[in-house]
Amino acid sequence: MIRVESLRKKFKKLQALDDISAVFSSGQVISLIGPNGSGKTTLIKTILGMVRADSGHIYVNAKPIDGDPGYRSKIGYMPQIGRYPDNMKVGHLFSMMKNIRTMPDAELDTDLLVRFNLVSIFDKPMRTLSGGTRQKVSAALAFYFNPDILILDEPTAGLDPLSSEILKEKILQEKKKNKLILITSHILSDLDELTTHIMYLQEGKMIFLKDINTLRRETGEDRLVKAIAGIMRTDKKNALWIDEVLAMKAGKEHP
Amino acid sequence: MLKLTRYVLYDIIRSRVVLAYAVFLLLVSLSLFNLEDNPSKAILSLLNIVLIVVPLISMIFTTIHYYNSYEFIELMLSQPLSRTRILLSEYAGVAISMITAFLIGIGIPVLIYVPDAVGATLVLTGCGLTLVFTSIAFLASVKARDKARGIGSVLLLWFYFSLIYDGLVLLILFSLSDYPMEKFTLLLAALNPVDLGRISIMLKLDVSALMGYTGALYKEFFGSNAGVLFTSAMMVLWTAVPLWTALLVFRKKDL
Amino acid sequence: MLLTILNLCIVVMLSANTIEVGKDRRGGTLRQAVSLAKSGDTILLYPGVYNEGNIIISRSLHLLGIGSPVLDGELKNELLTLSGHGIVVKGITFRNAGYSSMNDFAAIKVIDATGVRIENNTIENSSFAIHFANSTLSVIRGNTIRGNNKSEHSSGNGIHLWKCSQMLVENNSIEGHRDGIYFEFVTFSVIVQNRSERNIRYGLHFMFSNDDHYEANVFRNNGAGVAVMFSKKVTMVNNHFEENWGAAAYGILLKEIKEGTIIRNTFLKNTVGIFMEGSSRLLIEKNNFRNNGWAVKVQASCDENDFGFNNFFGNSFDISTNGTMMLNRFYSNYWDRYEGYDLDRDGVGDVPFHPVSMYGMIIENNPTTLILLRSFMVSLLDKAEKAIPSLTPENLIDDKPVIKPNRL
Repeated sequence: MIRVESLRKKFKKLQALDDISAVFSSGQVISLIGPNGSGKTTLIKTILGMVRADSGHIYVNAKPIDGDPGYRSKIGYMPQIGRYPDNMKVGHLFSMMKNIRTMPDAELDTDLLVRFNLVSIFDKPMRTLSGGTRQKVSAALAFYFNPDILILDEPTAGLDPLSSEILKEKILQEKKKNKLILITSHILSDLDELTTHIMYLQEGKMIFLKDINTLRRETGEDRLVKAIAGIMRTDKKNALWIDEVLAMKAGKEHP
Repeated sequence: MLKLTRYVLYDIIRSRVVLAYAVFLLLVSLSLFNLEDNPSKAILSLLNIVLIVVPLISMIFTTIHYYNSYEFIELMLSQPLSRTRILLSEYAGVAISMITAFLIGIGIPVLIYVPDAVGATLVLTGCGLTLVFTSIAFLASVKARDKARGIGSVLLLWFYFSLIYDGLVLLILFSLSDYPMEKFTLLLAALNPVDLGRISIMLKLDVSALMGYTGALYKEFFGSNAGVLFTSAMMVLWTAVPLWTALLVFRKKDL
Repeated sequence: MLLTILNLCIVVMLSANTIEVGKDRRGGTLRQAVSLAKSGDTILLYPGVYNEGNIIISRSLHLLGIGSPVLDGELKNELLTLSGHGIVVKGITFRNAGYSSMNDFAAIKVIDATGVRIENNTIENSSFAIHFANSTLSVIRGNTIRGNNKSEHSSGNGIHLWKCSQMLVENNSIEGHRDGIYFEFVTFSVIVQNRSERNIRYGLHFMFSNDDHYEANVFRNNGAGVAVMFSKKVTMVNNHFEENWGAAAYGILLKEIKEGTIIRNTFLKNTVGIFMEGSSRLLIEKNNFRNNGWAVKVQASCDENDFGFNNFFGNSFDISTNGTMMLNRFYSNYWDRYEGYDLDRDGVGDVPFHPVSMYGMIIENNPTTLILLRSFMVSLLDKAEKAIPSLTPENLIDDKPVIKPNRL
């Protein structure tokens, strides 16, 4: 569904993407992981056309993305930090998006809208919303148009455990509908059970893109985090970040 | 396109700045027309408003609006919309609201109190300058990295067009006073939209002075049908070229 | 021929000293009538077109047109030449008087005459229309004069007076000539209620003419406005000078004028309202200057002129001068540019007004800079100059500018 070919992007001195090539297909849930500044968000934004690559190509459904912006109607995007026009009311935001994407009401996926109970805050301006509520709005918007591809940037960050669980269930449902789901995450734990593939980026380079079973087999670790940590340990690359991940993991296990 | 412009307009009207601008202009023009016994003196003061305040407010408002709509633009970019369409919608929204405010604040009072060629020219010039400086401010905003730089650069541009440029013209005319400079001066005037606007009003207001020795040449040029066409064409260029450049920059920009 | 003479004799006999020409298509020629008429006779000219060439009248005749008969010169001849006293020409249309580069042919020429009255005639397509030379105590009244508006050289003046005295030019309407009204060596004469428009050069032109008075005339849209030159004691009252536009066009051009007065005139939309050169001891009071390019240009060669109680509205420049010396007085004028205050509320501004702007001086030096008129930079320059005067003449100030326009 998405093919990325030797993508490069440089911001001033920082090489954000360094020769990335990958193929993502429907039915996959890909976890994009890597330390801060490893290029996860840049990759996502490049796929969305918000960042222009210096070189390389991206194809969505076998069509290059730099021609027609119509391919984005197949994508639902949930940004890391959802920023919306301050004065716009929540309800207005949804009706506007509906108006722009021109999709009949019957085809809309209002599942999250209902489960997050967003309809009750339809008349509140965006600026009055808390960070968590904004995330709910972003999530609901991403799924609203029932897209074939979902790109979720740190989806559970800032969500309370209950909402986080709702979102996870939703992702699982969509996975079953044979959609392609790209998730970036800093913390792996809560996405363990969803992921089919792991794409690991560091300093703009793709270190690996493997399906999770292969990964487990290679490392002999059952838990995803440990599996990755195992790889990182052997590489001794950026051990600090791995320790950080493990520390958080440990914290969650022993409160 | 109109769909998006509608949302831009909605956002601008909600912020009430444009409303304040319209009320400010209306207060200024009404008090000028009521305080001065002589409407032609009020026209002179309004001339300064049109030549100085309108470009300044147009540019600053555009820049602030652009940075305030960054979220909206980001949101739109993840939708199946082309960048050209997004920026043009933004431009149309800002230009329509600024021109409406100008027409309410200055256009209507002028056409009521001074319904002659001078009044009409003043209103047309104000609309033209609004379009031109909105377009220039879009270019500056798209190019500048942050809000502070954006506002700084539009202030500099405003200073250049309304003051420094004429100072340079004066300097050139004096240092080359031994040569016949009339034709060259025409060219110089065409390279500044504020001067073009000023000259169109001057042709109506100071027609007697312009019939003098050198003035006659200016009048002959700008006052003829060809001159009016030329002035309009230059104003269109001054709107189109910065906007076009802004589009080119915006299309390549990473957001 | 015999029959006509017979007819004419009958007419002469019937009305002792009234001769009718052209009535009921009878009668002889005007030339015959003039030659037959005695001093004091009246000739009535009935409708028709008379192509009789130049007719000379040297006796005291009244030539009266009835129902506007036409004298046509076929562009070859002078039409009427008058000389003597008490001649009246009234109600006749003159057309196509000849042009010669040697002589000043005119529709009506009056030489060495006194007490002549030229009234209610229409004069069309003639180079000179009414031409008086060496005459006195005559009246030119109610004539309509339309020139053919050719070049300055091939066209003559509408009403041309040379070496005359005690003349009255009243209620005429002149257009399309070289000068509408031309006075040279004319003294103690009055010009009232005339309209002089669209003439190639001046609406009114004075040369070496002293002690004259002109009042309530309208001079509009003439090539160069009105010129009063080398004259003394001319009074100009209540006239309108409008839309005299051009590089060398003025409401009034004053050159070498002494002791004149210019009172209650209106200067509207002229390139320059009054241009003064070498003029002195003029009183310029209670005039309205409105929407002119320059209301008044006073050259440095002028002295002892008084500008008082005038109103200045909407002029691009109020006063301009070419030097730094100023020997003229400005007082109690209303300036719409005045930004001073009147704390004691006596109607007089508490700070003096400098009518010459910095930019006005710049324009004098470098006319190309007119392109910067009304720019922000220019108004800043003017403000700076007001705060710290350096270029503008220090003593060109109105000490007592009035706050409200003077009532005229």
